[in-house]
Formats: sequence, structure tokens, C-alpha cells
Amino acid sequence: MAIEAADTVWVLISSAMVLLMVPGLALFYGGLVQRKNVLSSMMHSFVAMGVMALVWVLAGYSLAFGEGNWFVGDLEYAFLKGIDAYSVTGTIPTYAFVAFQGMFAIITPALISGAIVGRVKFKSYIAFIALWGLIVYAPVCHWVWGGGFLTGEALDFAGGTVVHITAGMSSLAILTYLGKRRGYGVDTLKPHNITLTLLGAGILWFGWFGFNAGSALAANEIATLAFLTTLVAPAAAGFVWMAVEWHHLGHPTALGFATGVLAGLVAITPAAGFVTPMAAIPIGAITSFICYQAVMLKNRFGYDDSLDAFGVHGVGGIIGALLTGVYASVGGEGLLLGNSSQLMIQLEGVVLTIIYASACTLLIGFVLNRTIGLKVTESEENIGLDKTQHGEAAYNV
Amino acid sequence: MKYIIAMIRPERLDAVKRELQKLEVNRLTVSSVAGYGAQKGHLEIYRATEYEANLLEKIKIEIAVEDHFLQPIVEAIKTGAMGNDGYIGSGKIFVLPLDDVIRIRTNESGPEAL
Repeated sequence: MAIEAADTVWVLISSAMVLLMVPGLALFYGGLVQRKNVLSSMMHSFVAMGVMALVWVLAGYSLAFGEGNWFVGDLEYAFLKGIDAYSVTGTIPTYAFVAFQGMFAIITPALISGAIVGRVKFKSYIAFIALWGLIVYAPVCHWVWGGGFLTGEALDFAGGTVVHITAGMSSLAILTYLGKRRGYGVDTLKPHNITLTLLGAGILWFGWFGFNAGSALAANEIATLAFLTTLVAPAAAGFVWMAVEWHHLGHPTALGFATGVLAGLVAITPAAGFVTPMAAIPIGAITSFICYQAVMLKNRFGYDDSLDAFGVHGVGGIIGALLTGVYASVGGEGLLLGNSSQLMIQLEGVVLTIIYASACTLLIGFVLNRTIGLKVTESEENIGLDKTQHGEAAYNV
Repeated sequence: MKYIIAMIRPERLDAVKRELQKLEVNRLTVSSVAGYGAQKGHLEIYRATEYEANLLEKIKIEIAVEDHFLQPIVEAIKTGAMGNDGYIGSGKIFVLPLDDVIRIRTNESGPEAL
């Protein structure tokens, strides 16, 4: 097919918008940690731009989108071999496609960093995201989008399964393996600056229009649909979270609203181009309600999902993927149109991704722990990672 | 009455609060301050240049107590601030005589107002 100039422009702009989600995520997470771990937490997002962009062009893209087999791509495009400025994917230059997908590979492992703040060695984090990108992200991306066994079967418009379930389940796996922050449940581990978090949430929402609407890979009707559902679902989700919290705990908190918006963004990701704007309302609302319960359960079970990477991305991703199988009506048919088999396929994708992502993450964590070590020492954790890992302080007198 | 001012490491604040809570001391003032003593400074890196940052972040705790509470409270602060591995920079405790205390709402003064 020929190159469409409008499609190319939209995908390039969307790619840049998705990259902006990374500093958005850095602000979102950075505000939620203690003063002593701000830079460490923000660096987890920023360094992903350095590490994952390279991992992606060297091998990740090929493992995800090379022909390969049902499970994983091959190395035919390693080092982007065989692709040049005139290669075409769909109606856009292949380089635009490589760049757009590369942004997803950057932000996905950065999402996991929210589960492990304040207690992991920086070099181990770098090794973790590089290995995770190749072992978990690239294969699951291949399953769903790159010609693997779920391609054309499971509905995942912009990465509910590929991005959010993988990152959310891996968060749960690694934080179970790592254990709690010292002082969890005893000392105050309060967010140090929620204004940063709100700014981060706003930038994430902005970038998410590129994430979802860009996933149409064209400047067309479906991109517009995805754009509108990305406005509606988070709005419903933010509102529901705020209302539930207001009723349950007495106050409509700013952090609660932002968290609800994020849950809504996660929920609409797999559904964005497959559902109507009216269906986006229940998708956002239901997911937000369930994520709220998940975050509350965390406190009961006492696991230290520090910034709710699992509670929002894992749980939100799972519910969003299943609801896509219920509400799909554009370019696919869900349960409400009498097609129950779609819901079964969604469930299959969800379950396999949960198992695969959790198992591989535990394995990577185990190997790194036995070789270079995962956790910082007790005194480093007490003093904070900004000073001990990076030799800097976020705020100076 | 005595007025206790303690300078401690920021990361020991929660431990000191825990020790004080064991004694059921539930009144104290905490501020974030900067200073240095025998520990001098440490190196920080900004844009590839190392700077000696000799003003370190510290926590100042202030508590007014009746005389017979002084010793246990000082011990509690010491225990909390030292941790398992007290090392240089763990801080200092100053004890000052306190002439009077007035509770603004009721106009009580002296030990009653503590």
C-alpha cells in the first residue's frame, strides 16, 4: 500500500505524545514517594527512555514483530536490518511504526517501577527492565499484535493486555518477591507532593490520546472514536472513584480523583477503538469501582504495592480487557451483541498473560537477586535512594 | 521544667517518635533544619561537578518536660536516634532550663500548662 501523508503525521505526533507520558509517569510516581526517594523514582521512568529505546531497536522490535512462530518473533529485523526509510507498514513508513511501538516498550516497564520504589539497586533496575522488555514484553506483544496466536483473535486496541496486564502482574510478582519497604505500616510513608502527581496525571491523560487514538495507525474514523472514548472513560472513572471515596472515607481527595482517571485510562486502552462513547462510560465506571476495592484490599492483605501499580494497572487492565469482550461493537462483536465467544477469547488472553508475565518476572527477579542483588542495604533504604544511589538531593536548603 | 532540643538524622525521626510513644510522650515539635557538626559535609554531584555540601539536612525536635521526665525522654531520643549503628553525625541533645509555660486558651501557667 502507498504511504498516506495524514496517517504518517498522526502516528509521528502520537509517538511523541506517548513519549511525553514517560515524564508524566515520573511526576505521577515522584509526587507519591517520600522526599528522600523523589529523584530515584523519577529516574526509573527517565532511564527507561534510554535503556528501552535501545533494547527496542536492537532486538525488541524484531522479537515482537518479526515473523517467528506463534509464541515469539525472530531476529530477522534485529538492528532494524532489512528496514529502510522507504519501507512501508500499512499506510505509514515502517520507521514510524517502529518508533510508535518503541514508545510502548519504554513506558511499560517504567510502570512497574511504581511497585518497587525506595528499595531496589539502580543497576539491578536497569538490568531488570532490559531483560523484562525482551523476555516478557516482546513475546506478549507478538502474541497479540505481531502475528502470534492471539493476533486477530483477542481484542486489544492499544495494549490493555500487552501493556497494563503485563506491567501490573509483573508489579505484583516482583513486589511479592522483594517484600515491603522497611517501615511499612509503622512509619509514615506518605506522598511528599501530590501537586506533582496531579500534574503527572494530566500529562498522562494528554499523552494517552496519542497512545489510544494513535493505535489506529491512521488518521481516520477509528482514531477519532478512540480519541473520544479516551476522553469519556477516564472522566467517568475519575468521577466514580471520587464519589466512592467521598462516601466511604468522607472526603473527595485530589489523589483519589487522579487515581480514578488513571484507572479509567487503563480500562479504555484495550477497548478504545472497539466500543462506542456511551459504552466507554460503564467501562470507566465499573473498572474504577473495582480498582478502588483492589487498592483497599491491599491494605487488608498488607502487601506493599507502593504506588498501586498492580491495583490500578493490573486490575484495571484485566477488567478493561474483559469488558472489551462485553461491549465491543465496532470492528468486533462482544457479549452484548450475543457473541459470548469473544469474552472467552479475552479471558484466555488475560489468563495466559497473567501466568506468563508473573512467572517470567519471578524468574528474572530470582536470577538478578542471586547475581547482582536486588535490594539496597537497610541503611541505604533508611537514608533514601536519592542520596545513596544517585548522590543528589531533590530539594536543597 | 526543662526544654529539650535534639538534632537528629532525618531518617531516624520515625524511630525517635516510636521510642517517645512508648513513654506516652504525645507532645513535641519537629522542624526540618540544616546544619553540620563533626560529620562535616558529604559530596553531591550536579551536572558532573562534585560539590561539598556542608549543610546537611537535619531534624530538630523540641519538647518541654517536667524535671522528673527529663532522663527517660533523653534516653528515648538517644535510643531512637542512634539505631543499631550510631555513627558520626547521629546528632546532639541540648537541655535548657525552662522558666515558664503559658497555655493560651486557658491562661494556665507552669507545669499545669505542659
